[in-house]
Amino acid sequence: MLKGDNLWFRYGSRQPWVVENRSLAVAPGEVLGLMAPSGYGKTTLGKLLAGYLSPAKGTVTVEGRSLPKRGYCPVQLASQNPELSVNPRWRVHKLLQEGYPPDPAYIEALGIHPGWLSRYPHELSGGELQRIAIARTLNPSTQYLIADEMTAMLDANTQALIWQTILSLVSKQQVGLVVISHDAPLLQKLCDRILML
Amino acid sequence: MLSISNLGVTFTQYDRGLRRKQLTVITDLDLDVQAGEVVAVVGASGSGKSLLAHALLGILPANAAISGTMTFQGETLTPERCQLLRGKTIALIPQSIGYLDPLMSVGSQVQRVAQLAGCSKTEAKANANRTFSRYDLPEDVGDRYPFQLSGGMARRVLVSTAVVTQAQLVIADEPTPGLHPDVVKETLSHLRALAAEGRGVILITHDIEAALQIADRVAVFYAGTTVEIAAARDFSSNNLRHPYTQALWRSLPQNDFVPVPGNQPSPEQLPPGCLFSDRCPWVSEVCRAERPRLRKVREGWVRCVHAKG
Amino acid sequence: MTLIAPTQQTSLSSKRQNNRRQQTLMAIAVGSIFLLGIIASPWVLGDSGLGTMLTERNQPPSWTHPFGTDWLGRDMLRRSLHGLSLSLRVGLLAASVSALIGTGLGIVAGTVGGWVDAVIIWIIDVFFSLPHLVLLILIAFAVGGGTKGVIIAVALTHWTSLARVIRAEALQVSNADYVQLSRRLGKPSLWIARHHMVPHIVPQLLVGLILLFPHAILHEAALSFIGIGLSPHLPAIGIILAESMRHLSTGYWWLGVMPGVLLLLSVKAFDWLGENVRSLLDPKTSQG
Repeated sequence: MLKGDNLWFRYGSRQPWVVENRSLAVAPGEVLGLMAPSGYGKTTLGKLLAGYLSPAKGTVTVEGRSLPKRGYCPVQLASQNPELSVNPRWRVHKLLQEGYPPDPAYIEALGIHPGWLSRYPHELSGGELQRIAIARTLNPSTQYLIADEMTAMLDANTQALIWQTILSLVSKQQVGLVVISHDAPLLQKLCDRILML
Repeated sequence: MLSISNLGVTFTQYDRGLRRKQLTVITDLDLDVQAGEVVAVVGASGSGKSLLAHALLGILPANAAISGTMTFQGETLTPERCQLLRGKTIALIPQSIGYLDPLMSVGSQVQRVAQLAGCSKTEAKANANRTFSRYDLPEDVGDRYPFQLSGGMARRVLVSTAVVTQAQLVIADEPTPGLHPDVVKETLSHLRALAAEGRGVILITHDIEAALQIADRVAVFYAGTTVEIAAARDFSSNNLRHPYTQALWRSLPQNDFVPVPGNQPSPEQLPPGCLFSDRCPWVSEVCRAERPRLRKVREGWVRCVHAKG
Repeated sequence: MTLIAPTQQTSLSSKRQNNRRQQTLMAIAVGSIFLLGIIASPWVLGDSGLGTMLTERNQPPSWTHPFGTDWLGRDMLRRSLHGLSLSLRVGLLAASVSALIGTGLGIVAGTVGGWVDAVIIWIIDVFFSLPHLVLLILIAFAVGGGTKGVIIAVALTHWTSLARVIRAEALQVSNADYVQLSRRLGKPSLWIARHHMVPHIVPQLLVGLILLFPHAILHEAALSFIGIGLSPHLPAIGIILAESMRHLSTGYWWLGVMPGVLLLLSVKAFDWLGENVRSLLDPKTSQG
């Protein structure tokens, strides 16, 4: 169970609160949707849950334990812009090896072409790069995945392809999934529960 | 107003060391836009949509080679003419606030755009203010810097940069990704209003639902070529002609949410036949051998040998 | 009516592309050969022509002596080449040491941050605020002058700009999303430094190093000119220029102008080399 309890966050002691007393819980294998207008702190909440930011007040726990400071974090974040989450000077095969060597079944399901492996990120389109960024997180050590507008920049076909693969991961590995999105029909199709912030 | 036929764009890039490779990013692209209509250009990333905008504005990089015909208002669009018309008769609504100078106030930037389009300084300032109030922007927005604008305001300022030029053809490059549905709706309605004034609007996007909200016709791009040009109502009335368009429609979450597997072919290695042949459910020998031409089928255009009239 | 006939345009632009990249590589090759030639010249030419030949004193430039001869009959071209080679070697050594200091401090400042970063920035600012040449002279003097003095003085004063650039690059990388992601994927800091940071820093280091050489060389020449640099017995370019000053008023212009021009050309060659390497390494300009 991934739990965020009474989370508060702001970017500086004189800044306004971005996340105010939010709590949520995701069970393994469950798909939770998060929907809210801009500026409500959805991305910040995602970052708190994945351990990129530390809450000012409140705790984030996985099975009762707080997120590890070192080693592979069981909660992984996939964000909207793949160009920012990859090192532009690395080739694709190095990117894929960065976490764990990914399962070849997922590589194929995501449609990652072997010809891409020797390319640089700027040589691939946004959709192709996003698939690689996501492939990095699909491995046995990931217990919870936070998808922050993950497919907002992608066309409908690539979007459906990616979600299909992720949903199969969710059911096979009982991964808890948090989907942050504006897209109401998408949330309806994917989520067991939807939380409105 | 605008007519593009058989447009081709090839980039020459360096591979390792001195070896050069050719990337054919746009092949046989056909499109036409009338005054007063909104034509949506829909396709996946890497399908050549943004490159089309750059070609129309004449801002392709130096290592690009263009072939084919582009006619605007009856005359051929040569690179020199592109440069003349850029910012005055053909305008681009940039994708994000990052395209504005972060060190200049937005008012002076919009004013400058107007001046470059031919207004005098005072005219330009009045024009800019008029455009801002048209989009319900507060009076002091001209003094703000780009980073001080909220998402919705930023969108409206970006639209203003094109509107202030009185351009006849407005190209909106991906105006909606990452935006809240309300802001999306508002942005799209502004574009519709521009068309209602008699201008031509090209809406480049990967988001079909957004496109269908305001477009009259939709051109579907795949791997740098036009595969179908359909009327917007064809989508919901099940009147789609090309298998890719049909697959795209089916993969929407509102519909079946089922994707078609595979990828767009790489611009370095385009297949000799139809570009969709490796993923197409209707593929046959004739598709693999030769690239189909765009033909008129049921009031729309399609590049497929199997589409039935 | 076609816009532009495809084949014609392709061949024109591809010729242009060919030229640009070939030009860059050509420039790098020419620059490198020129500089390596100068550096290697003492071993290639040997000591001939450095001996005094009083019968050929003070001759203006001619075919046998392209740079003329000095008051002792020594061939100025040979002397200049020897001198420049020496100066280049000293300059290269000093610049390399300086680059190492700059890179090391830059990386530490950018990655560790906090008070360490603050201290390093403070030191950089102090160095920047002091008059450059005065500091150079002071340090060379304090260490006792000579070759050792020049190298130490130049090395200790030229690391600051490079440190700033490297620090900025290190900061940018360590704050990048992909580095944060890397940590979340379990990678330790050292791994991140080796795999994420190094590829970003090496190009900057290379270009910065190449562009640092001319500075170092000119400063060595300046120090030797004033007299606190290399020993006057060694024909470093600064010494040559200093000695030529006495003879300018008597009309023996080639004694100062020719070595000076050679120095200028080699400094320019370094600059040119650095710019071309930078345009090759920068992915935005390397594609033409």
